[in-house]
Amino acid sequence: MAGVSLRNVLKSYGELQVIHGVSMEIADGEFIVILGPSGCGKSTLLRMVAGLEVISGGEIAIGDRVVNNLEPKDRDIAMVFQNYALYPHMSVYDNMAYGLRIRGLPKSEIDARVQKAAGILELGQYLERKPRALSGGQRQRVAMGRAIVREPQVFLFDEPLSNLDAKLRVQMRGELQSLHRRLGTTSLFVTHDQVEAMTLAQRMIVMNAGRAEQIGAPLEVYAKPATTFVASFIGSPPMNLIPKDGKLLGVRPEHMEPCAASEAMLTIEVDLIEPLGADILVYGHIGDGESARVAARLHASAPAQAGKLPVRYAPQHVHWFDPATGKRIGP
Amino acid sequence: MVENRPFLTFLAHAILIVGVVVIAFPVYVTFVASTLTLEQIMSVPMPLWPGDQFVANYTQVLTAGSTKGSTAAVSTMLLNSTVMALGIALGKIAISIISAFAIVYFRFPFRMTFFWLIFITLMLPVEVRIIPTFKVIADLGMLNSYAGLTIPLIASATATFLFRQFFMTVPDELAEAARMDGAGPMRFFRDVLLPLSKTSIAALFVIQFIYGWNQYLWPLLITTDESMYTTVIGIKRMIVGSDAANEWNLIMATAMLAMLPPALVVLLMQKWFVKGLVETEK
Repeated sequence: MAGVSLRNVLKSYGELQVIHGVSMEIADGEFIVILGPSGCGKSTLLRMVAGLEVISGGEIAIGDRVVNNLEPKDRDIAMVFQNYALYPHMSVYDNMAYGLRIRGLPKSEIDARVQKAAGILELGQYLERKPRALSGGQRQRVAMGRAIVREPQVFLFDEPLSNLDAKLRVQMRGELQSLHRRLGTTSLFVTHDQVEAMTLAQRMIVMNAGRAEQIGAPLEVYAKPATTFVASFIGSPPMNLIPKDGKLLGVRPEHMEPCAASEAMLTIEVDLIEPLGADILVYGHIGDGESARVAARLHASAPAQAGKLPVRYAPQHVHWFDPATGKRIGP
Repeated sequence: MVENRPFLTFLAHAILIVGVVVIAFPVYVTFVASTLTLEQIMSVPMPLWPGDQFVANYTQVLTAGSTKGSTAAVSTMLLNSTVMALGIALGKIAISIISAFAIVYFRFPFRMTFFWLIFITLMLPVEVRIIPTFKVIADLGMLNSYAGLTIPLIASATATFLFRQFFMTVPDELAEAARMDGAGPMRFFRDVLLPLSKTSIAALFVIQFIYGWNQYLWPLLITTDESMYTTVIGIKRMIVGSDAANEWNLIMATAMLAMLPPALVVLLMQKWFVKGLVETEK
């Protein structure tokens, strides 16, 4: 196994630059999530690590080997695709064994590896089936099996869970975590789903428009977003950003609590209420005429109704941002 | 139809039956004629029930051929036709699947130019370019040869285009997955694309086999030696002049034999043929 180093990685298509220099050191065995909205370049970054896209500038190293000019097959990596990309005419067994056969491994070794992966992924009874006879979740497992049998230095996942339904997604998330615990292989996982990112990542890269906005552990990113983009991308509903004294005041909806009008730090003019069972989301704008939209997550027992809602928040939950650069001010 | 109206059911069947009769009756008359003696055919009206000359007529055409016009045995013609149809069908498939592979999966200079050049040849069927093609084949000394019969008809824009369209529907990730697995381009072609194209290949084979089998103008031009006649040309050569001068019973027997192989190919490959045209396995 090996770590991965991204050193000022650039990507451009002709004049159009899509990745503006991303640098990161990924330790051996780390699970890294690359998170961002569609079109932010996260998949492109992953595909550059995979060798499916040419690296326009900078360096990518796997272990101590710079892989810029290596073919994907020589990089010792395995990738799981969003649509699984299973060979439709091959059985599950052959799908997993194909790469090993090309590498010329002995039959007994191939069989041992496939059986082991099938055991881990509970695919044993499906080995003779064709992919089209499998459910979405099973196909997903075959795609992972194909990566596992290679025993690569690095796993690359390109939004592997986005084609599954909500329930399966939660289940596969759990399986991915236990798989990583078991194999301990360095993994890069691309997603646009912040819940996947928060639950899977040891560290994550939040990307926006081809730049890494913040790199850090999930809770650290949540607690101290480096920019307004990260602040509004992580957390649902997003962090409230309220212009105040020439700066932007950031408070998360879940850190607001209703209070008496006399100790109100903000008064929300509520116009939309969404009861979710465990808690209630209220939306509105701030009473003093400013147009900033504000959301608050209140406990289910809280009195929520249209009209004025005085709220307060603890000072340690306040973030400040520079409105011009979007960067975080202070600690 | 969802409604159950006896009259509509009757009408639907009546139309279908009329259609079948219109198509099938001439074939039936051909078959009947191939089992009669020449005198019986020439009598008015011609009998509409099969006669007793089936074995005699078919044995004669297969072994000796007609006595007037062309005198080549039809078995030789059938062999020639088979070689030509198979050569054209397989040649077209082989060349066009490789061209389509190149055009879809490789980036090389003038890629689109080549694609359009191939595409433009759709506008130039054999009949349009027949004089220059004949000149080329004649200068190359390929008259009266299997090469001359097949090679000029092998290049196929239709098949290339069909395979191109099929390859474009194969997800890119499949090619990328194969790359990650370490498969080179030709290995990907052999292990992934070819098996996926099976049904398309079958459909094209049926179409092109019939196309090759039914070729008329080209073999008529370049085969002057009786031993190189194809069946379709053989029929034409057996008809020499006025109505009474021809051995219609033998001509009809040859016509029946000429119809047989394409019908067999369609029947045997029907399942694959339909699959190839309507569904893709991805």
